Amino acid sequence: MANYSTNEFKGGLKIMMDGEPCSILENEMVKPGKGQAFNRVRIRKLISGKVLEKTFKSGESVEGADVMDTDLAYLYTDGEFWHFMNNETFEQIAADEKALGDSVKWLVENDLCTITLWNGSPIAVTPPNFVELEITETDPGLKGDTAGTGGKPATLSTGAVVRVPLFVQIGEVIKVDTRNGEYVSRVK
Amino acid sequence: MSADLWAPSASIETLKQRAAILRRIREFFYARDVLEVETPSLSAASVTDVHLASFNTTFVGPGHAGGLPLFLQTSPEFAMKRLLAAGSGAIFQLCKAFRNEEAGSHHNPEFTMLEWYRPGFDEFALMDEMDELMQLVLGVEPATRLTYQQAFEKALGLDPLTASIEQLKQLACKQGFADIAQNETHKDTLLQLLFCMKVEPTIGQEKPCFVYHFPASQAALAQICEHDTRVAGRFELYYKNMELANGFNELTNASEQAKRFNEDNAYRAENGLKQVPMDTRLIKALEHGLPQCAGVALGIDRLVMLATNKEKIKDVIAFDVQRA
Repeated sequence: MANYSTNEFKGGLKIMMDGEPCSILENEMVKPGKGQAFNRVRIRKLISGKVLEKTFKSGESVEGADVMDTDLAYLYTDGEFWHFMNNETFEQIAADEKALGDSVKWLVENDLCTITLWNGSPIAVTPPNFVELEITETDPGLKGDTAGTGGKPATLSTGAVVRVPLFVQIGEVIKVDTRNGEYVSRVK
Repeated sequence: MSADLWAPSASIETLKQRAAILRRIREFFYARDVLEVETPSLSAASVTDVHLASFNTTFVGPGHAGGLPLFLQTSPEFAMKRLLAAGSGAIFQLCKAFRNEEAGSHHNPEFTMLEWYRPGFDEFALMDEMDELMQLVLGVEPATRLTYQQAFEKALGLDPLTASIEQLKQLACKQGFADIAQNETHKDTLLQLLFCMKVEPTIGQEKPCFVYHFPASQAALAQICEHDTRVAGRFELYYKNMELANGFNELTNASEQAKRFNEDNAYRAENGLKQVPMDTRLIKALEHGLPQCAGVALGIDRLVMLATNKEKIKDVIAFDVQRA
């Protein structure tokens, strides 16, 4: 894998740090008028998800991380692994619970998810921004109520819990924004 | 080149405020009988400072068919000192300075500098004058003053003048800079790292703060202090996490200056950096006689950032390097 000098640092660049692939979030040069320049960098560790600040001497090089994103369709889970497929090559990849993390509650069959691969193995799964899921459990609401009120919790078929307007009922399919876990609309 | 970036990075309102500040600065110096001067941006020599990178170009034209190598100046210091040696008296200049390899929220490769020199002043008298200028432009209270040693010790509990490189390494590791500290062989790099990251955020938050008596190893073009040869007559001004200015009780000794330039080039050779031709015209001017004086350079863009409450340097210059 190529090395990157601090001049190549920018948001989104993938580098190795403490044996873990990381993504650069922010990069700032700090330099006294008379003296050594440094790069103060905010980094997200891609496996642990931890965000940390790191300082480099400007001009230093860091090992790049062989990290790539690929869009794959979710197929099924066997309880231990979650299986995804490339719709063009029909190649399949299995991701474990650690790679799935919180994304597990947004998995819908045939939805295209972004799988982050490090050296060919999945380390993270990002669901689509919007998913459609059926409500399996919620308190009965009042007819004629509008979306403006506080709402109520509803459990979806994947186990995710979101706040929905009072008029939404069990059995209905709703659209949810997976980035903040918020209800968007009913799906007719 | 992206045509989408045609519009200025600063608002017109900010540029008006900037113009008003430049006007106030000029009036400040006119009232004190300090002569405004202009010196070349392109010069045959440049700084040897190991941490500064110059842009260079080649003049081809009458008298120079073969090409004359020229450097864009990282500051107007050398030319202004030649004017002082020629008897100019007190002078100031507002000009562009150019530094390669520098860009960020506080850096643009081309920036505006205010530099002035006061024959007969020492660094303390110059700090007084600068303090008045800050009060005028920023409407701040008088600045506080700390020696480098005091500021460092207060923030980190270690005396920077007596600490060994091992002690500094340990301290840097404890502060979370192990990757840099472990293999570092230069004491000044460790001092600069700790000062930048850990001391600067603790000073000049409420009002501007002068830090003076920098270590002699970081004297640059300042005189070494007679009363304590571990420190130099160099000061910096900090305000709200911004390094605003760097000043010297100027080195007037030609052979000492030539020695420092040569040491810089020796360091450059050891560390794989480009050699920079020494400015022999400056050395000659010092031999001719530079009056005892103090001088300081102030970053105008950063000053305008503070005056207009802007976070990024591009917010106060018409077109930053991305739009240039």
